Amino acid sequence: MIDDWIGHYHRHRDSSVARLPAAFKLGVALAMIVGTVLAPPTAVGWFAGMALLLLVAVALSRLPLLFLLKRLAWLSPFILSVALVNALQPEARGSWRAVAVKSTICLLTIILVSNTTPFSRILRVLKAAHVPGLLITTIALMHRYLFVLVEEAERMRRARASRTFKRQRRARWQALSTVVGQLFVRASERAERIYDAMCARGWK
Amino acid sequence: MHIPDGFIDGKTAATTALLSAAGVGLALRQVRRRLPPRRVPLLGLAAAFLFAAQMVNFPVAGGTSGHLVGGVLVAALLGPSAAIVVLTTVLIVQCFLFADGGVLALGANIFNMAIIGAAGGYAIYRIVCRVLPGTRGQVAAVAFAGWCSTVLASICCAGQLAWSGTVAWPVAFTAMTSVHMAIGVGEGLISALVLLAIQRVRPDLTSEVNGGEPSQPWGELVRYGLLAALGVAVFVAPFACSWPDGLESVAAKLGFEHKAVQSALPAPAPGYHVPGVRWAVGATALAGAVGAVIVFGLALLLARSLVPEGEGDAHLTKP
Repeated sequence: MIDDWIGHYHRHRDSSVARLPAAFKLGVALAMIVGTVLAPPTAVGWFAGMALLLLVAVALSRLPLLFLLKRLAWLSPFILSVALVNALQPEARGSWRAVAVKSTICLLTIILVSNTTPFSRILRVLKAAHVPGLLITTIALMHRYLFVLVEEAERMRRARASRTFKRQRRARWQALSTVVGQLFVRASERAERIYDAMCARGWK
Repeated sequence: MHIPDGFIDGKTAATTALLSAAGVGLALRQVRRRLPPRRVPLLGLAAAFLFAAQMVNFPVAGGTSGHLVGGVLVAALLGPSAAIVVLTTVLIVQCFLFADGGVLALGANIFNMAIIGAAGGYAIYRIVCRVLPGTRGQVAAVAFAGWCSTVLASICCAGQLAWSGTVAWPVAFTAMTSVHMAIGVGEGLISALVLLAIQRVRPDLTSEVNGGEPSQPWGELVRYGLLAALGVAVFVAPFACSWPDGLESVAAKLGFEHKAVQSALPAPAPGYHVPGVRWAVGATALAGAVGAVIVFGLALLLARSLVPEGEGDAHLTKP
């Protein structure tokens, strides 16, 4: 259920790409993205090279192709809408094609990295890159409790839905906002418990 | 509103990254100085809450649904600096874990959604709260600020896309702003309902007395305001200041640039501007101004219908 909702979560599988060090993968991905973003729209060779590199990486990563396509489709409405808007503008003809190609390449790069690298490794790289400690702690906590809270929200929503018989929109909005509000209350109560647990384990 | 990679060029990415790094650095310093250690885990949990809350779909007409974005809500609950840290965390995780929003566009996304959306929205929230005291005022303020922050963030986003030369300003501005004026209504409504729901269960969480933020946050807000103003001056002002002429120069610049870089493709048609587009920018700006007044009135009505007469006073007497 949660996989359908978020649609991004993919279980880790072993492959030669997954075994590469995270810092190396992130560095290469960043270089590819910077190069692609800065490349002039006429640099067809660069785009083709990047696409080829990505295809090789996709093949080596052994990620299901259907999954990758689904992720691309999920994330592309922005790309499609801007492409559409631009397609209606006669003066911008051509440039949106470059934009679409660029963003698809960058998107696929990040999808590949994020699905072949455990998030804790990415965090370690960010820490080594001197991202402030408070931000790292916050990101780590968010990542840890993300799925817990999504599940909790889904449980509350289902509980509410099974007790609410009115179909009026007003009643549903009231009920759903109560769910979200309750979720915040629970999150802040959980934060108190987490603080106590962290202190008990010697966090400073 | 997450800008993917490839939509903004090098100079825009560098400028927004610089502005966002300054804003996030300031926010982290404020949080470290002011927030009691007890509330540090709450930042991470609030970020996780925001993500989970965005998964709850509210039914809108015709089978479509909307969801909370929550910048202003979190700012109202935790204060502007904590909200910037929380929103930045959400954007970083969405970028690196879910590939939602680009890596090079991270600076632009943080600027639009954390600095303009959360801190800017919070400034509006505080101003309205000052004018209208009590729970009623708080609910009206969060609804109005939610709408304003959505629209302001979309204008900044349009400015960045235009400055990058991805989409021409009149098109970007008209499309982004008009869509987000509608989305903002939902955002304001959901924010108000959620704030009220929290208020009913745990009134201590919504009163800032208990929060880690100071009761006088204007000093920090001025600094974020300076950053925001700097950004707006770079992204939006060049287009907005001289509408008719700015449009032509941008169009000419766009056409010229395309001619320069795309020799392989046919040169753009000489009559490149679509009739009516120039008019549409003015109309959208006017609609935005009128819309703000209408939404403010609606926010007042909403607060009046949601909060009974007595409840506002009960909040005021709380220590």
